[in-house]
Amino acid sequence: MSIRRVWPGRPVFNGPHADFDQVRHELLRLFDTVAGDAATEAATGAFPPLNVTQDEDNVYVRAEIPGIDADQLSISALGNRVSLAGKREIQLEPDKVSYHRRERAEGAFSRTLSLPVEIDAERVDARYANGILTLTLPKAEAAKPRQIAVRV
Amino acid sequence: MSTDGTTREMRAEPQKGAVHQPSRSNGPEQTRPGVVYSPATDIFETENSITVLADMPGVQAADLQIDLRESVLTLTGRVAAPESGYESDVLREYRSGTFFRQFTLSERIDQAKIDAKLNDGVLRLELPKVERARPRQIVVKTG
Repeated sequence: MSIRRVWPGRPVFNGPHADFDQVRHELLRLFDTVAGDAATEAATGAFPPLNVTQDEDNVYVRAEIPGIDADQLSISALGNRVSLAGKREIQLEPDKVSYHRRERAEGAFSRTLSLPVEIDAERVDARYANGILTLTLPKAEAAKPRQIAVRV
Repeated sequence: MSTDGTTREMRAEPQKGAVHQPSRSNGPEQTRPGVVYSPATDIFETENSITVLADMPGVQAADLQIDLRESVLTLTGRVAAPESGYESDVLREYRSGTFFRQFTLSERIDQAKIDAKLNDGVLRLELPKVERARPRQIVVKTG
């Protein structure tokens, strides 16, 4: 189980060098971008890799999980936390086969994310298509931006 | 010689999955800009065929190209970014790009009987060997 905070750019006061580390990290990212690499993603090596995006109304979590039974996925959401667990099994070949290469991984996985806002757990929608799991997590009413009218 | 055939990789793209790095290869470049990934692949062989299984999450059947010529098998799958223009990134651990991988097959393949299925982002490609490449049992008669 890996838990990470996904709200970017918030200062961390956990040591005298935290600010310096943050600057260094940003600089490295900048160099990567200038060098023409799109390699700014936070590759954690955790499975499945996740992308989290948001618009005004929803937070979207997308995960690359090729070749899994949708029944084998368990998704839960509470407050600003969403958890994703499951198991990927690669079926044994019935015939006698000789392997040239085996690179595809199998096994159980579990990840928990802390989202930047509270979500409405009742209305979470999960879809699995082409090996990509897409969660649509509606933001809680209190977390949505409000239009403020200016009176004159 | 039923199971001593080989499949060699033409060139190594970085793999998507366990090792998750975009391409920095020196081979010929793709014409479209974007990140190129090498799909994690299983390959096994039976007496009659070679089977290739490749993880290509996000690829739709229409965007997958499989090409076999002069014993070079080429897999290309393009993934369109699923995000709408209104979404902003919060966390990004993978990118949508192109899956690309090439293998050299040592066996002769019966092109007409190749079968490809794409299910939940996993390609299963059956490459039947041509008849004369299959091993034949020779019965030794006595007397």
